Formats: sequence, C-alpha cells, structure tokens
Amino acid sequence: MELDLFVQYGPALLQGFAVTVLCWIAGSLGGVVLGFVLACLYRWGPVPVRWGIYGYVELIRGTPFMIQLFLLYYGGPYVGLLLTPIQAGILSFVIYGSPYFSEIFRSGFNAIPQGQIEAARCLGMAEWRIVLRITLPQMLVPITAPLTNFFIILTKETAILSTVTVPELLFEVQSMTAETFAYVEPLLALSLFYWLMVTVTARFGAWVEARATRHLRRV
Amino acid sequence: MNFSFDTIWHNLPYLLAAARWTLIISLSGMAISVIWGVCICAARISTGRVLPRLAALYISFFRGVPLLVQILVFFYVLPYAGLDLPAMAAAILAVGLCSAAYSSEILRGALQAIPAGQKEAAMAIGIPPLALWRRILVPQAIRIGLPSLINELILLVKVSSLASVVGIGELTRVAQNITGQTYRPLEIYITAALIYFAINLVISRLGLLAEKRLKVT
Repeated sequence: MELDLFVQYGPALLQGFAVTVLCWIAGSLGGVVLGFVLACLYRWGPVPVRWGIYGYVELIRGTPFMIQLFLLYYGGPYVGLLLTPIQAGILSFVIYGSPYFSEIFRSGFNAIPQGQIEAARCLGMAEWRIVLRITLPQMLVPITAPLTNFFIILTKETAILSTVTVPELLFEVQSMTAETFAYVEPLLALSLFYWLMVTVTARFGAWVEARATRHLRRV
Repeated sequence: MNFSFDTIWHNLPYLLAAARWTLIISLSGMAISVIWGVCICAARISTGRVLPRLAALYISFFRGVPLLVQILVFFYVLPYAGLDLPAMAAAILAVGLCSAAYSSEILRGALQAIPAGQKEAAMAIGIPPLALWRRILVPQAIRIGLPSLINELILLVKVSSLASVVGIGELTRVAQNITGQTYRPLEIYITAALIYFAINLVISRLGLLAEKRLKVT
C-alpha cells in the first residue's frame, strides 16, 4: 500500500471533496425546490401545463443522467447556454432530480385524506391556508423517507460529474491514478469514502424521520 | 444554430448498432441481477450467524458506492488480484452485481409481504419445503415484486451508459465519438436519449403486460 500518496495528494482530494459536496447540496436543494414547484403546478395548474409536466417527468426519468449531463454541457453552447463544468453539474442535478422530487411531493399531496381538506373548506379556511396549515405539515411525514432515499441516490450520482471534468472527488482521484499509476489504493479508498458518506446520510435521514414522526403513535 | 436532421439521419445506423451493445449489457446485467439477487435474498433471510450478515454487508457495499466507481474498481483493481477481465465483462459484472443488491432487497420485501399464515398452513398440511417455495412463496413474491423489479431493470438500462467510461462502444460512448467527429452534440445526444427512452418504454410496457398476466383475480 502506498498510503503516503494520500498525503501528497491530500489538498487536491480535499478540494475535490468540497466540490462533490457543493454540487450535491446545491443540486439536490435546487431539485427539491423545482420538484415542489412542479408538483404544485401539476396539482393546481391547467390541463396543458399538467401534460407538459407529465412529459417532462417521463422524459427525464427515461433517459440516463450521463446523457442529460452531456447534452447540457456539450450541447448547451450550441443554443447559447455556456456553462462552466461546475455550473453544468449543478444545473444537471437540478434537472435530473426535479421529476423524482416532484413525484415524491405528488404522492405526499395524495396521502392527505380528501375529507380533511373538505372539512377545512367547510370551516371557511382559505385555500392557501389549507395547504400551509393542513396539507404541508402532514405530508412531510410520509415523504421524509423517500426524500432521504433520493438524496442518497444523488450522493452517488456526483461521481458521474467527473465525465465532464467537474473537479470533484472522482476526478481528482482519476488525475491521481493517471500520474502515479496507483489504481488499487485510490479507488478502494474512494469506494470506502462514498460508502461512508452514504451511510452517514442514511443515518441522518433515519434520525430526521424519527424526529418528524415522534408525535405519531406507532402501531 | 439550425437543428440538423441530416446529421441524425446519417448517424442513426451507428447509434442503433451501438444500442445493441447497450441491450446486451442490460440483458446480461438483468440476468445476473435476478439470479444472483435470489441467492443474496436467500442468504439474507436464512437462519444463521454468518450468511445473513455477509449478505447485509454485500447489499450495503453495492448500494453505498457509486456504480461508476464500482466499474472502475472492477476494471482497474481486479487485475491486481489476478483477475484480468475484459472491459465488457467488467462492466456487465459491475452492473449485474450492483443491481443484484437492489433486486435481493425487492425480493425480500415481496417475500415478507406474503402472510405468514400461508407458510404455516402449508407446513401444517405437510407440504414439503421445496414445494412450499416453488408452488406458494416464489410465485407470489414475483407477482408482488414485479413492478419494483421492472423499475430496477429500467434503471439498469440507464446505468449501462456508465460502461462507456471503460471504453465499451455502447450507445453513450458511440454518441460521444460521433459528437467528436460531427461537432453536433445537441442532435446526437438528443437522439441517444430518445433511443434509451424507447428501450425503457418497451420494457415498462412488457412489465405492465406481465403484471396483467400474473394478476390473480
């Protein structure tokens, strides 16, 4: 094992780690926001808008993330969209994640019994108040688990960003292996790192879920 | 820039030929995924000390590490362990073994959804264990797990695009190559995306068909 390699390449790896985390957090937060907007538009928007969203969801879910990334980064300049690798990485994350998030939110909206909303209407609550006070707080409970799930999936997708030269962790590791011809240690360490990151995120998600549902009586 | 349908038309044969490799990777990956997934699932629910833990570790590793990294490990690290795989085998193996972790969990969930009373009843009337699994548990588990399994297979088709990083000429790789020659990324990648989309559409339709056939009324 040539562990001193990691000392030499430490700064580059740390920087790669920072870029990985930046793309992951910025991309998934953007995806959640866009997903929520899409879910709302799907729920309350007119029919043509709903068709559009349905098509968007199916199309993005039906194509590989890598192709979407290539299309954005290499194809973007041809339609006047000039992005740096990191910008393209984050934007592609937002685009890729939003349909999944929107479906999660849609299932959340559907999980609230219609009777509650009707009851609130009968009491004369305004529509936006119903959403804010009844639907949203309750739907957060059933959607925490799938949200965590998808955050974890996105953690792993960050590795793909290296294909368009986003200087994230895998990219730094690949430059390291190219310079030193050491494949075993860096790649195994990278696997271990991702595994740890996913495990930590999963634990955090479980903790959030436990807190979000602590007022519920468990069967 | 004007959208060039000509470029698409000229390169479509190459893209479709590459899609064949995508299908080969996906189909072999699926076979490994389902067969190996059944084994992992059996190990996971077996009664013992070692097997279930090993299976859990396997699942945790393959679900916790990005597939791209797994493919790189299979391609670059395994030769150091004396296992020199060609790129195609490394990719298929990585995709299949990774997907097997998910399939096994899907099957486990499906098996556990079958009421325990059925197993008890079968044992009470003296049905031997093999017949219990073959005639009662597995058919129901497949029916329950089928939608999720189809989901997993659709994901598998999409992640087969990662095989391009070890130089396999599947759809994504060939699209990259053509883009390099024609400087038309927009047209080529959109076409590639549509081919992936079409493949997945067929799989999901077949899945729906299978679901209907297996449905017990």
